[in-house]
Amino acid sequence: MANAIEIRALRKSFGRTVALDGLDLEVRAGEVHAFLGPNGAGKTTTIRVLLGLLRADAGQAVLLGGDPWRDAVQLHRRLAYVPGDVTLWPGLSGGEIIDLLGRLRGGLDPKRRQALTDRFALDPAKKARAYSKGNRQKVALIAALASDADLLLLDEPTAGLDPLMEATFRDCVQEERHAGRSILLSSHILAEAEALSDRVTIIREGKAVETGTLAEMRHLTRTSIEAELAGPADLRGLPGVHELTVAGTVVRCQVDQAALDAVLGRLHRAGVRSLTCRPPTLEELFLRHYSSERTTTGAPR
Amino acid sequence: MTGLAGTGQLTKLAFRRDAGILPVCTFGIVVVVAVVARDLKVLYPTEARRLALVQTAGGNAALRFLYGRLEGTSTGALTTWRFGVWAACMVAVLAIFVVIRHTRADEEAGRLELVGSAAVGRQAPLTAALLTAATAPVVIVLLACLWLVKLGLPAAGSAALALAIGACGLVFTGVAAVAAQLAATARGARGLAIAVLGAAFVLRGVGDTGPAGLSWLSGASPLGWVELVRAFGSAGEYWWALAFPLAAGGALVGAAFALAAWRDHSAGLLPDRPGRLAASGFLRGPFSLAWRLQAGVLAGWLAGYAAIFASLGAATKGVGEIFNTSAVLKRYFLQIGHQHTIIDAYLSAVMLLAGLGAAAFATSAVLRLRTDETGNLAEPVLATATGRIRWALSHMSVAVGGAGLLLAAAGLSAGLGYGILTGSVSIQVPQLLGAALARWPAALVLAALAVALFGLLPWEATAVAWGAVALVAFIALLGPSLQWPAALMDLSPFTQTPKLPGGPVAAVPLVWLCGIAVALAAAGLLGLRRRDLGDLGPSYRSYHGRIHDYLVDYLQLDQDGSRH
Repeated sequence: MANAIEIRALRKSFGRTVALDGLDLEVRAGEVHAFLGPNGAGKTTTIRVLLGLLRADAGQAVLLGGDPWRDAVQLHRRLAYVPGDVTLWPGLSGGEIIDLLGRLRGGLDPKRRQALTDRFALDPAKKARAYSKGNRQKVALIAALASDADLLLLDEPTAGLDPLMEATFRDCVQEERHAGRSILLSSHILAEAEALSDRVTIIREGKAVETGTLAEMRHLTRTSIEAELAGPADLRGLPGVHELTVAGTVVRCQVDQAALDAVLGRLHRAGVRSLTCRPPTLEELFLRHYSSERTTTGAPR
Repeated sequence: MTGLAGTGQLTKLAFRRDAGILPVCTFGIVVVVAVVARDLKVLYPTEARRLALVQTAGGNAALRFLYGRLEGTSTGALTTWRFGVWAACMVAVLAIFVVIRHTRADEEAGRLELVGSAAVGRQAPLTAALLTAATAPVVIVLLACLWLVKLGLPAAGSAALALAIGACGLVFTGVAAVAAQLAATARGARGLAIAVLGAAFVLRGVGDTGPAGLSWLSGASPLGWVELVRAFGSAGEYWWALAFPLAAGGALVGAAFALAAWRDHSAGLLPDRPGRLAASGFLRGPFSLAWRLQAGVLAGWLAGYAAIFASLGAATKGVGEIFNTSAVLKRYFLQIGHQHTIIDAYLSAVMLLAGLGAAAFATSAVLRLRTDETGNLAEPVLATATGRIRWALSHMSVAVGGAGLLLAAAGLSAGLGYGILTGSVSIQVPQLLGAALARWPAALVLAALAVALFGLLPWEATAVAWGAVALVAFIALLGPSLQWPAALMDLSPFTQTPKLPGGPVAAVPLVWLCGIAVALAAAGLLGLRRRDLGDLGPSYRSYHGRIHDYLVDYLQLDQDGSRH
């Protein structure tokens, strides 16, 4: 099956500000793809290009096999979108807005609408002006999830939700995945991406800096090691060892894949009392990409 | 008193936020009063002329309803009659907007929550808003009084008129303060306070025109108290009448403070009606959405149009008589209306007003597109199977249809107002309906200009479109009497419109105007198809300008366009 989204070398500038600087992004049909990056990295601009609101300066974007600019209306029948900052018409009730967005999109399933409204515990009779940020988010989410769209574009969809509702949201996303829908989930909440996504693209200053499954990305990256030792082990100066701290007999460091064997050898020689090795969290991956400005020695890429 | 802690800071903040619009409006009201006084002095220089005016106008019920009772024959008395009540209305509207902007609107937007979390007393925001709003009447009293005296009017009467107008502003400052406690939304509070003002106007009007048994009604209206002071009255001023507005204003402000101390933050005391659980069958596409969103505003305009144009129509009968008392005034109307008979000239000028108003409504309906675009309300619609053009057409349909409905309402109510009084409904209604609708194409040219700007120059659209409306209004209302050059006059689409009623009916200019409107709208839509959408632009244009911000704040152009 073709990819749901295929973006190649996409460029978009606003005046002198370069928002997208040769972005590549590929979302396969039926996968949940996390689109990670800090504010201002170009996530929302990418989504607006995909929605046909912005016209790309250069590069290629294919959405559900069509051109997002030219075929906007036809494509929009097959996708549902939840903006990051949900704005609603203050005079309309939540229920009215859910129905309206569904009808504008070409219909929604009343049973699913009801079930989702219950699950997200939304009061649909309230006027939108009375909703909190989280409740506005719920309105947009229910409208999107109750549609039978092939593709969901979710721009930081949990920003205003409380932890309970966030769990509900995660359940919903899992169900949608099982139903075979493709989902682009833009986020800067890493735990969310870690829990939900099949593949991840990290974007920074308008460029994809990393893309792949989490497993693939960890392969490229360091392992965190914490060890309590019987005697001193000198890891200083060893190539591939980073952020080394020694507190008494406890050693903490991050180790490149290639140096792992050598490091474990030294630890073993010193005598290991306890050892914790874990793959880096996405948090750590992320920090590395965005802190490379100050450590210009660069991450191994 | 700790309840007032932080009032000084908040008042400074309020003044800073209002630094542009408050002085402009305050000064504007003073200028209007002074210009009216000066005009009356020029138009009616002699006692004999003024007496003639008093005899004709004073006896005309429609004019008494519009302006109030005439108490004397001096220039000052005429000024009080012609503009006392209306200036008081303007001051009241200004006070209502300022108070609610700094109380309920800020509370609804969540700004007062942030402010309240600082070392700020519970009553400080309301106090700051009242202090800010009260400066307008105080300044108006001082400036108006000085200016009237400078024009050569008696000092006592000038002071009385200025004080009567200012005191009315204080009453409505109090009304707005109470409304801000009662309603949970700024829009609701504003509506409530304006409704009180409308009721006050009607009470006074009925009291002034009805049978003697009902004249106490004007004494029950804050606008009636303006008359009660009898500024420049032949029997001297009734200074004690100023006690009514001052007492009422004080009582209302006290009530507002008591309510503010008692209620919860962000809660209103009036129940907020719950919305529908699900959308009705009507709300199913971009067009029904656009009409639904603008229905409230349009209904308000229609009600206002019906009332104003019925009054103006009803006043027609007395107009001819009044104009015969001043050659200058007669010439002015003949010039604006481009007519030979004074009645036709007057009615044509009235329909021109209706056309200008309809153009303003249509422009605001079109600019809703821009507000929605920058306020992120276009995005959810455009992310569905709604194309840009359909989305744009949905709001344009409100502009076109709304302008037509407004003009029809103007023609119909003016026809009824004039026709019923003269027993010629069957003649006047169709004639004035036609005259009003003849202004439709010209109004649409301005709306279409807004479409073109929205499509091609979105960052400038709001400012330039309103600038065009203002320019056209200036040309239409001032151009003829100032004898501006034809090239300038021709810029206004209303110059090209047949001068109905009375003038020759010509279809060709109307077809031309429609063609221009279609061309402008098409250019705008073509531009819209090609450009990026969203709240963006070159970084040096990331703001929409102060004028736009003020308009959005005060006229609530965004009333459904912002997320509150």
